[in-house]
Amino acid sequence: MLQTIINAVGLGATYALMAVGIGLVFGVLRLINFAYGQLIMAGAFSLALTSAKGWPEWASVLTCVAVVVALSLLMELALFRPLRGASPATMLVATFAVAFLLQAIALLKFGSLGRIAIIFPGLFNPVGSGHLATVRWITVVAIICAVVAVAGLTLLLARTSIGLHMRAAATDFQTARLLGVRANRVITVAVVLSGVLAAAVSVILVVQTPQVVPTFALRDTIIVLVGVVVGGIDRLWTATLGGFSIGFATSVFTDKLPQSATDYVDSAVFGLVIVVLLLRPEGLFAPFRSRTVERV
Amino acid sequence: MRLAERSVQFLAPAVLVCLTALLGSFSATTNEVYFETALVDVAIVVGLYLFVGNSGVLSFGHISFVAVGAWTAGVFTVPADVKSTALPDLFPFLAHHNVGNVPSLLLATAAGGVFAFLVGLPLMRLSGLAAGIATFAVLGITYNVLLNWTKIGPGPGPFTLVPQTTGLVQALGGALIAIAVAWLYQLSRFGRLLRASREDPAVAQAVGVGIHAQRLGAFTLSGALCGFAGGLLVHEFGSIYANQVYLDLTFITLAMLVVGGVGSLLGAVLGALLISGLNSFLSAAEGGVHVIGFKLDVPSGTNLVVLGAVMAIVLVLRPSGITGGRELPVPRLRGRAPQEAPATGGPP
Repeated sequence: MLQTIINAVGLGATYALMAVGIGLVFGVLRLINFAYGQLIMAGAFSLALTSAKGWPEWASVLTCVAVVVALSLLMELALFRPLRGASPATMLVATFAVAFLLQAIALLKFGSLGRIAIIFPGLFNPVGSGHLATVRWITVVAIICAVVAVAGLTLLLARTSIGLHMRAAATDFQTARLLGVRANRVITVAVVLSGVLAAAVSVILVVQTPQVVPTFALRDTIIVLVGVVVGGIDRLWTATLGGFSIGFATSVFTDKLPQSATDYVDSAVFGLVIVVLLLRPEGLFAPFRSRTVERV
Repeated sequence: MRLAERSVQFLAPAVLVCLTALLGSFSATTNEVYFETALVDVAIVVGLYLFVGNSGVLSFGHISFVAVGAWTAGVFTVPADVKSTALPDLFPFLAHHNVGNVPSLLLATAAGGVFAFLVGLPLMRLSGLAAGIATFAVLGITYNVLLNWTKIGPGPGPFTLVPQTTGLVQALGGALIAIAVAWLYQLSRFGRLLRASREDPAVAQAVGVGIHAQRLGAFTLSGALCGFAGGLLVHEFGSIYANQVYLDLTFITLAMLVVGGVGSLLGAVLGALLISGLNSFLSAAEGGVHVIGFKLDVPSGTNLVVLGAVMAIVLVLRPSGITGGRELPVPRLRGRAPQEAPATGGPP
């Protein structure tokens, strides 16, 4: 039981990291970045390539961060910036197209079997024996990472001027600009932070599944996107909580249900998602009495 | 709206699909399948357009209606003598009833429409991102059930031995029917009411538009069209896996709609034909193809790279699609400029 909960918290923490990355960009750009999973995939491939060349682990991780952040910035410059202010459907489909493109490039370059990434193999060892036999060190690392990231981000948003600017931009972008918030700077900071988080998720996922394929992290991204909207995407903390909860729930379901019943788990989860959305369309964790009034 | 404008709304897309079919009939027999696919894609995207274009609500769930249509048309047309071996676990009713080609398409249409109505009844209250994710959840559930329930179909295996009756003529007919339905709908009173609610929900509601009812009607009609297109699809391929009517098809059809221009019927048809054509051309090019005397030979997998890049570039250059969401403009032949209102009053 204890190990089920720890593993569930571990997956929840990993998904929470992704949710923060998606939520940060959504806050300033009003854009759901569907290509977030492909950023993680790119980071994972960079880990695979550098570790195959025998680079020291710290160098691999730094390269991974550099690759993912560079790719995020490129995406911002080439795609998000020209599309700023376009309809949400256009922006979403544009990120689909980029996701599709990156995945196709990976498929062309590395094939459908991809590469093996060996990095921090020691972290895959179990923490203890008996009750903790299925809990691995990487789970602990994921939890610590998420706590550090969320704490650091809270401090950044609450205590620094760039954090204040980001919160202002997330609340009302137009007004924030009128009051002197530099749009490009705020957006760049958000994109870089979300890139760093994606790189962290790459490392965590690669330790758990060393086989890096072009569809790496795709399923996780879809689950996190659903979780983020169910939690309430308008606020960073509700989005994060949504990501955490859906990771926690998925992990418990797959761990506890017998193999024969897992066929229809997806249906049950999606059914639950529909019910939650019908009851609380603005998000499960969104505060009550905060419904925006329809303005005519 | 003038008669010319109204008829061009139908004629422009109709001429496009007729030209596609004509081009297909002149091409080599081995290439005909590409043109059939393009026409079936038109039917699916027009079905999607009927709801998304007129309501302004994004739906990721329409491919589940295509899937339901495909399964319905398939399960009633697999020949009776092989049904017991190909699909051994079917419900007795499904196992013992077979219909011809056209009735199977009608059944697919009905199945898509009924499913869309049942789904839309609660879901059409949502809008924005919540609607997007909820319709996506419907897609997830449909896929999950079709993949595992062997009483209504093949389950995880392929749906094989479906008669391949969707030729070029039937695909053209299907595309034209879809276009005609979408055209009639957008000219109708209901289409106008729904578009009014798209432009400004609050004002539309204030003047008495029942947004939920209008959205539900459009959702049902577009679900029926998608079910119909699913029937065409299964009769085109003859064999289909559940994951062929899941994520990839959802993304590609949405991309077709957005690249063409969400707001117009012409955009839906143009986007479907262009992306489908590009996709087919590039997959053919992977096997080596001759273009105006040059032999073009590209490595396998380039297809998807180019497709993704083209979609991204088109969206950056024209965020509201190739057509900008407008129908084909009709120039005024007699040069009658709209009369300006006579200046009345003025400063006293």
